[in-house]
Amino acid sequence: MKINKNIKGWLYLLPAFAFVGVFMLYPLIDVLIYSFEEGYNFASGEFFGVGFYNYQYVLRDPYFLQALKNTFLLVIITVPSSTALALVISVGLSSIKWLKKAYQTIFFLPYVTNTLAVGLVFMILFKKTPYSDGLVNFFITSLGGTAIDFIDGAYWAKMLVLCIYTVWVVLPFKILILTSALASVDETLYQAASVDGTPENRVFWKITLPMISPTIAYLVITGFIGAFKAYSDAVALFGENLNTAEMNTIVGYVYDMLYSDGGGYPSFASAAAIILFCIVLTITCINLIVSKKHVTYGK
Amino acid sequence: MNDYKKIKNKTGIAKAIKSALTYFGLTLWGIAVLFPFYWMIQNSFKSFAEYNSESIPKFLPSVITFENFVTAFTAVPLGQYLLNTLIFTLATTIIMITVITLAAFAFARLDFKGKNAAFTLLLALMMIPNELVIITNFATITEIELRNTFLGLILPSVTSIFYLYLLKENFAQIPDELYLAAQVDGSTDFNYLIKVMVPISSPTIVTILILKIIECWNSYVWPRLITDDEAYFLVSNGIQTIRESGFGRENIPAMMAAVTVISVPLIILFLIFKDRIMEGVSRGGTKG
Repeated sequence: MKINKNIKGWLYLLPAFAFVGVFMLYPLIDVLIYSFEEGYNFASGEFFGVGFYNYQYVLRDPYFLQALKNTFLLVIITVPSSTALALVISVGLSSIKWLKKAYQTIFFLPYVTNTLAVGLVFMILFKKTPYSDGLVNFFITSLGGTAIDFIDGAYWAKMLVLCIYTVWVVLPFKILILTSALASVDETLYQAASVDGTPENRVFWKITLPMISPTIAYLVITGFIGAFKAYSDAVALFGENLNTAEMNTIVGYVYDMLYSDGGGYPSFASAAAIILFCIVLTITCINLIVSKKHVTYGK
Repeated sequence: MNDYKKIKNKTGIAKAIKSALTYFGLTLWGIAVLFPFYWMIQNSFKSFAEYNSESIPKFLPSVITFENFVTAFTAVPLGQYLLNTLIFTLATTIIMITVITLAAFAFARLDFKGKNAAFTLLLALMMIPNELVIITNFATITEIELRNTFLGLILPSVTSIFYLYLLKENFAQIPDELYLAAQVDGSTDFNYLIKVMVPISSPTIVTILILKIIECWNSYVWPRLITDDEAYFLVSNGIQTIRESGFGRENIPAMMAAVTVISVPLIILFLIFKDRIMEGVSRGGTKG
């Protein structure tokens, strides 16, 4: 009877573990092995030796360094700005009653749309072509500026568009989470403050912010993780050949190494993926330590 | 008394100004969110000639034309892309929900050796980024010659530990008494799962289904790696093809028509299920 029970339990788990085993657990071990096999050949399955050559190669590859720089810039710019903007919008959203639901629905819309599809629209809004400067440039020139080629032009212009689009894409999730955090702040705290005649500014800094600080910490951590894995936003704006556009990201580098015109190097791809994982792990740990110091938890 | 009135008036005015500013700011962001969709739709109704003659972009087409939608479906196999995406999305979602329902039941209701260890292992795997395992999956699928097949697209996309976790938590809330009563009635575990647990948890199951459908519909990286035959392209890959070569790079209105067709199904799904989706995501979902 007892053995029967165990078999039955595992029988229910079998399909899930078959998928997890083949497509998650095994690959996890395999990617480590790949990353240390030097000169691995996809077709023959042969390699020369074992060592750190793949890591050395990747860390010296100018394309990887470019991708590293782009990814870090993207992270440093978009995580703080999108979190701050989401906070401002959520506080505004929480203070209104009329049309609140409608605003909430609209703000969430980018979450469900295809990143590549809307990215194409962003590209057209910012793109400068021989016959038209595009809508964004129309506004810039009518304000007295000169038209800028955002898609094929200067590095900072391309980075700016990528950041704007990334913020647009990640904001719905942050607004949703922050709005529900704001709604769950204990009402009696606000009532107490209003009895004391506390100014609104002070209420925000001394009550609201500390009460939702765990949520902000959560959003910053997931924001960092998400931004480090940026890829399809860049593809949407600049096309699949991101190296030429100087807009590649670490994840983009992994996929290019694995499969594209210059692909067929799973060892380099694995090494780059593991470097990315280590970076994300380190940043997440730092985030957790910092947030432990500054976050007010529970009651 | 006069002073009191003055102060009251003042705060009233301040409040009105503040509320007006709030609405103004929120509306501004609302426009920023909706504008790309508006631009996409309005340009999809412009003729090629009209679009190209605008050196200053216009906010509405002078003549509405449907020719772009015809071009979108004839110049590139957009219908094929949509059908592929539909097959991929439905198959992946159905397999996923079957697999996780069985597993969630085992974790929530059954008692067996190694249960806690297995659950801890899954939770730990939740932290592993997809980017790390995709390299080997690419090698595996290539080796067993499933590139450019639906099986190759679907199988590695099934696993969703987070949804398994969500469903397990939901199952665990169902009171034990129901299970014991069913056992007294001589109902088998499987029957109990199908007849009692699944119906009770149907709101959560629907939420999971919708989130997975959205994820599948928008997936890009895996399909791009595993298909290079247009006959198996999904819409995301289709967009990239359209962008690189599709209508001749300059036919923006046709591109916008294609992008509109691709975006509309999800927007409709969202508008129907918006409460479920937003609730599901706020319970800890991440962008897939």
